[in-house]
Formats: sequence, structure tokens, C-alpha cells
Amino acid sequence: MNFLLLQALTGLAAASSLFLVSAGLTVIFGVTRVVNFAHGSLYLLGAYIGWSILTRLPTDPGWFVLGILLAGAATALLGLVLETTLLRRIYRAPELLQLLATFGVVLMVQDIALKIWGAQDLALPRPRWLRASVILLGERFPQFDLALIAIGPLVLLLLWLLFTRTRWGTLVRAATQDRDMVAALGVDQRMLFTSVFALGAALAGIGGALALPDGSANLQMDLSIITDAFVVVVVGGLGSLPGAFLASLLIGLLQAFGIVLIPGATSILVFAVMAVVLVLRPHGLLGRAQPVSRAEAPPSVVRAAPASLRWAGVAALALAIAAPLVVGPFALSVLTEMAVAVLFAASLHFMMGPGGMPSFGHAAWFGIGAYTAALAAKSLALPMPAGMLLAPIVAGTVALLFGWFVVRLSGVYLAMLTLAFAQIVWAVAFQSTGLTGGDNGVLGVWPAAWAADPRVFYWLALAVCLGATLALRRVLGSPFGYALRATRDSPLRAAAIGLDDGAIRLAAFAVAGACAGLSGGIAAYSKGSVFPSFIAIGHSVDALLMVLLGGVGTLAGPVIGALAYTGLYDALLLATDLWRFALGAIIVVLVLAFPDGIAGTAQRLWLRGREA
Amino acid sequence: MNALVVSGLQKRFGGVMAVAGISFAVAPGEMLALIGPNGAGKSTCFNMLNGQLRPDGGRVMLAGRDITGLAPRRVFRLGVGRTFQITATFASMTVRENVQMALLSHAGEIRRFWRPAAAMHAAEAQALLARVGMDGQAHRAAGVLAYGDLKRLELAVALAHAPRLLLMDEPTAGMAPAERVALMRLARDLATTGGLAVLFTEHDMDVVFDVADRILVLARGELIAEGDAAAIRADTRVRQVYLGSGVTTGGH
Ligand SMILES: Nc1ncnc2c1ncn2[C@@H]1O[C@H](COP(=O)(O)OP(=O)(O)OP(=O)(O)O)[C@@H](O)[C@H]1O
Ligand SMILES: [Mg+2]
Repeated sequence: MNFLLLQALTGLAAASSLFLVSAGLTVIFGVTRVVNFAHGSLYLLGAYIGWSILTRLPTDPGWFVLGILLAGAATALLGLVLETTLLRRIYRAPELLQLLATFGVVLMVQDIALKIWGAQDLALPRPRWLRASVILLGERFPQFDLALIAIGPLVLLLLWLLFTRTRWGTLVRAATQDRDMVAALGVDQRMLFTSVFALGAALAGIGGALALPDGSANLQMDLSIITDAFVVVVVGGLGSLPGAFLASLLIGLLQAFGIVLIPGATSILVFAVMAVVLVLRPHGLLGRAQPVSRAEAPPSVVRAAPASLRWAGVAALALAIAAPLVVGPFALSVLTEMAVAVLFAASLHFMMGPGGMPSFGHAAWFGIGAYTAALAAKSLALPMPAGMLLAPIVAGTVALLFGWFVVRLSGVYLAMLTLAFAQIVWAVAFQSTGLTGGDNGVLGVWPAAWAADPRVFYWLALAVCLGATLALRRVLGSPFGYALRATRDSPLRAAAIGLDDGAIRLAAFAVAGACAGLSGGIAAYSKGSVFPSFIAIGHSVDALLMVLLGGVGTLAGPVIGALAYTGLYDALLLATDLWRFALGAIIVVLVLAFPDGIAGTAQRLWLRGREA
Repeated sequence: MNALVVSGLQKRFGGVMAVAGISFAVAPGEMLALIGPNGAGKSTCFNMLNGQLRPDGGRVMLAGRDITGLAPRRVFRLGVGRTFQITATFASMTVRENVQMALLSHAGEIRRFWRPAAAMHAAEAQALLARVGMDGQAHRAAGVLAYGDLKRLELAVALAHAPRLLLMDEPTAGMAPAERVALMRLARDLATTGGLAVLFTEHDMDVVFDVADRILVLARGELIAEGDAAAIRADTRVRQVYLGSGVTTGGH
């Protein structure tokens, strides 16, 4: 009984921290409609800045509180800079590009933090009052956690007063409900957006600084908190503050008790709850269907590629086939990587472009394929072709099961559910040390003897990946591919001509999963080992970048994007140890300069004056 | 047997009674006009007929079969075609591909993953487009069409599976008067020669009186009059409703 109480209190403390971060995220979303990945970075900066401040101040409670508030002020300032330099320019951009641009910021901040504070985790020296416990029902409970428990409701109360008792708050609420109306009222939107963003940033920063006593400032905290915060915000309903509070309690308690009930698998529990909530309430617990205020450009018509492009493709293919005869081993490994990337990107494009289902967790299928191939080789001692065949089958089957939840959602909710699922697959790979080797990965996955020569393996990879990519392309031109586009273009018309939109989307989801799994299977044999990083958020973002870099609206886009991105990535890795910063900056610049991607921009220039 | 029999159909949105328990029937070969001022409940009624909205009460019988609450895609399979008040077409496809899509669905060929769709049912699609006068624009992107042309395209799509019942929600909005008459004459022709039952809404009374066999007048969700053109013209309640809202003829 006492134990349950303690566990509940621990859960409540976690819920408070979670709420601080999620509140900022959901308020920012409500007003600006931007899903801000960089919110995790503000949390991280809050922790590091808090550490720098608190280690320089006296250690009494009063100074501690001041230090925390100073950290919040500092992140508010940083948020202000971020909003005025970047976010302000992308409010009208498509959702996914916004996500990407803010992810670019995440990468940049990671390198900045690394440069300033170094790679070590920074823990706070804890004075006696921070270590003190109180006795509750005969059990010791940390006093600081008790304070945390109080902070959550306190912040909710303060925010509620702010939003209901001030003119500014009334405007924020009005803007959350109907942006265009507020604009029509002649309110200075820029100031409103900037101040909301600064407030959200301050909350994230305070949350980060408050994480110091029980943990440390470290370079992984941005992505780990943002995943949790996304789950909270989505479960609560995007833009809903009370929803975020409820969901924080739910998730916080779930995690606290999950650790006891099914140790090592709490993330699965969290995911299951998220999936159930979204199936029952597709807009979260307290969320409402969002008014569509962003006028999305109508998709441009898909036509057969011009002959010149076809010839360019044939020439590129001839070069790719001949390459091993001239290039060295390093270039060959890059080329193999590119072949894998092309299929990975094409499979994401398949569901995201024509299917209209943006995934933020596509690496899940890649990873499932890679682990399937690796475990088939190591645990089952199956020959290579069997492993490569099993990879898409297993990934496709899992995608079919999981897709049942996904295809009924759309937009950000869909992207977030796929992200959460990928995090679970990652956690399973990371934690099932007995089977997957955990962080050490599965090693020694070598190709069959006949494909041991890197050139032979490259040709094999090229044939499989290009073959599958061309097959995907062919499917897009088949009745099924047309039907898939039909459900995206107009669900209403699609239903009125007898199309079963759920079944079509599910089939597309499974096909995309299977193809990503196949690319993962090839990657396992080409690298000789498989690690949890194959499934990390960063890898899902790689796929998104390839597709968006190339352009969602064209069939050649993902191929061009995959080649350009892989080339860019490898070049950056060689050129600078600040490659994250460089990559992030490039992403941000690309989103600002070419919202249609490379192929999309080329197509627009090509079509200029031709389409009528 | 009647193509469509509606009885006691009802739908409420919060406090608004959009359709208040209406009953009517359409015979094969008949053109029935459903008219009424803005917000009368016409589109809501259509949406319940093709399954897009679930009625709160009442029944919809199609050729003697109860289709109440059936999903739109099932209603399509039973031979109902519809056009939308706010056109719904596939913007990433050409005009002809839009029609081919409906033909492919009707032929049960959506599960084909390999054969290129571009060549399938092309001639048939072209013929349907010719019927509505859109064959000259077959290769244009649907997304760039003028509004009247979109309406015509929708009609071609709705006719693709040779339906027995055609629902048209304001089919001539955005067209010049001569075009309106031509389009409705086409529907008239399909009804007379092919036995197609047509239910349509229309704000242009000239068009309505010209082609409709019978007219239903809906106001605030209730049927207030029913009859041929002469009877409706003479009906005092109808005059009241229309004079009250200031609409007597022409579109809006
Ligand atoms: N999805 C909905 N939610 C709430 N109210 C609705 C909805 N759809 C329609 N209504 C309301 O139901 C009533 C009937 O609307 P409906 O669109 O059926 O009218 P209509 O006769 O088609 O009008 P119009 O001539 O303008 O097309 C209106 O009061 C409308 O506001
Ligand atoms: Mg209407």
C-alpha cells in the first residue's frame, strides 16, 4: 500500500516536469500551429544554462529559485531570437517543413551545447536541503519531488489566470480558436506570436533547469523529452492546456507504475495508451478538430517524366553499374549506402506523397528489416537470401498490424503516432539485450561467400534497391496507385466512387513498411552490423529530409533527394566535426529557400508557362 | 417500383433541425427537383441519401432495398452517382483520369498493382467526357479547370458506373445560362431514354421549371409543397418562403 503511494507520488512529480514542458509546446502550437521540435532544445539549454548559473550561486533555497527563474528568462530570450529569426518566416509553410526546420535547429543546438559545455553529463552538486526527505507513512520521500508535485498545478493555475484575466491572455485564447479573426481585429499578430513563443520557451527552460537536482544536463535530453512531450500534447489534444495537464498526469503515473508492472517496457505501455486514446478520440482527450486556416497549395498533376529526364536516368544508371570498375573501396561503400537510401526514401515517399500520410518514424521499418536480417543470420543461421527476403515480410506484417491504428489519423497526429511507434521499436531493440545485444548491436552479419566481394555486393544492392524503387514507381502508375492518390486528393469523392479509403491507405502503409524493411535488410549485410541507431529519430528524419529535399510532389524527387542527401551527409562528416551544426543550418536554409524541394523547384521552372 | 423511396428522414445538428422528417419517392425516368432557400436542408438530405451522413431517423430505400446508414462506397456499388455542391475532384489527375478512376472502381480493378492505369478504360472515359462536352479538355489538370467545367467533370464521373439514381447538388452553379440548359437537357435525356432517376437541387428557377417533372419545396427542413411547375408557381406558401428570402429566379 505504502509502496503504491510512493510510486504514485513519484509519478506525480514526473507529471509536473512533463507538464511544464508540454504546456509550452501546446500553447505555442495553439497559437502558431507550428509543431516545434526545437522545444526540446530549449529544455536542454535551460538545463545547461541553469547548471552554469546554479553552480555560481550560493546553494540556499532562495538563490536556487532565483537561479531557476534566471534560466527561464535566458531561454525566453533565446526563444525570442529563434522566433524572430526563423519561425516567423515559416508560419505559412506546410507542417512537415516546419517540423524539419525546427529539427534543423535541434541539430545546431546540439553542437553548440557540445562546444560550450562539453560531452560530459553535468550534475548539480546537491546541498543538504536538496537531498532531504520527508517521512510519509513510514517511507522516505524526497522533499524536492514533493515541491515538484506542487509546481505542476501551480503553473497551471498561473497560466489559467494569465489566459483568463489579462487582455493578452484573451487574445492568445482567441488566436488559438481562430487566427484569422484575431488578424481581422487589427491586433499586432507578430508581437502576440513572439510573446507566446517566449513564454513557451521560458516554461521549457524552467523545466530543464528543474530536471537538474534529480538528474543532469546532458546532450540526449532534448530528444528524450520532446518525444514524451509530443505524446502528452497529442494525447491531451493539440493546443489544449487542460488536456496537456491531464495527459501529463496520465503519462507520468503510467510511467511510474509501468516500471513496476513491466520493467523495461514502459514505453510500450505509454504507446498503447496513446494509440487507444487516438483511436477513440482522433483529436486527443480535450482537443478539437483544427480549423484549416492554412491554404495548402493544390497538388500539381502527375504526368509522365519528360524524355530528357528518362535519358538522364538511364545515363545515371549506366554510370552506377559501371562505377565499381573504376572507383575505390570507400567510394563503393558510399555508393552502396546511396542505393539503400534511394529505396528507403522512395518507400517513405510512397506513403507520404501519393498517400498523404507523413511519417515521422519511418526508421522503425528500416530497423525491423535490419534486425530481422541480422537475427536470421546470427540466431537462426539462415543464408543471406533468406534473411533479405524475411526483412520485408516481417516489416510489412508489423506495418500491417500497426497501420490499423495509423490510417484513421491524419496530419500531425499521424506523424506523432508513427514517431511514438518508432521510439518503442527503438526501446525494444535497446533494452532486449539478450536478443539484440542492446547498445552493442548485432555484429558479424556478413554476406554470403558469393557476394563477399564488395563489388558483387554493390551490384546486388543496386539491383534489389533500384528494382524495388522502380516497382514502387510502377505501382504508383497502377489502378491501386491512382486510387491511393484519389483518397489523398479528395476523400469525399473517393468514397462517392466506391473506394475503400481505409483499406487502400493500409495497403500503402504496409507496402511502404515492407520496402523500408527491405532497405534495412540490405543495409544490415552491407554494414555487417545492426545498431539501435538504425531506428533513432535522427534516421527517420534522414528519410524525411531526403524526400523533402527532392520534393514530395514528383516521382523522381525521393531518388534525387536520397543521392543529394547521402552525398551531402558524407561530405559533411569528412569536412568538419561540427557536422550536426552544418547539417542543421543547411536544412534551415533549404526550407526557407526551396519549400518545394530540388525536383519540385526544377519541375516548377520546367512547367512555367507550359501548364494551362 | 420506385427507384428511391425516402420516409421520415431526419437529421439534427445540435439545436438545428436540418431535415425534419421528410418523405418522398423518385420513379425511374423521373426528374425530381428539390428546391428551397439557403440552409433549407437540401445538401444535408443528399448527404444522408448517399451515406455520407447517418440519419437520426427515417429510412432510405433504393429499388426496394434498405440502404439507410450504408457507407458511401457501398451506396455507390448499388448504383447511386452524385455530384457535390462544392465540387470534389482529384486535383493531381487530369480530367480524363478523374473519369477513369470511377470506371476502374466500378470494374473492381483497384486491387491491380501492376498494369499501368493510364491506358485502362481510356476510350470509355473519353466518351463520357464527350457527353458532357469536356472531351476537348481531357488532358488538362483537373485542378486548373473553371468552376462550370468542374461541375461538368463531376457529372461525367457520377455517370461512369451507369447509375440508376443520380443525385446532383446544384449542378449548374458557375455556368452561363445557355450552358445550364444544355447540361440539364442532357440529364433529362438520360432520364427519358435510359430510365435514370434524377434528384437535383438548383437555385435557378428557369432551369427547374424547364426540366423537372416534379418539384419538392423544402424550407427549414420541412417539405412545404410538392407538385409540377404550374402548381409550385401558384403555391402561396412557396411564394412566401421565396419572397421572404428575396430569391425568385437566377443563381446566387
Ligand atoms: N455539418 C454540419 N454541422 C452543423 N450544422 C450543419 C452542418 N451541415 C449543415 N448544417 C446546418 O443545417 C442546415 C441545412 O444546411 P444545408 O447545407 O443542408 O442547406 P442547403 O439547403 O443545402 O443550403 P444551400 O442552398 O445554401 O446549399 C443549415 O442550417 C446548416 O447551417
Ligand atoms: Mg446545399
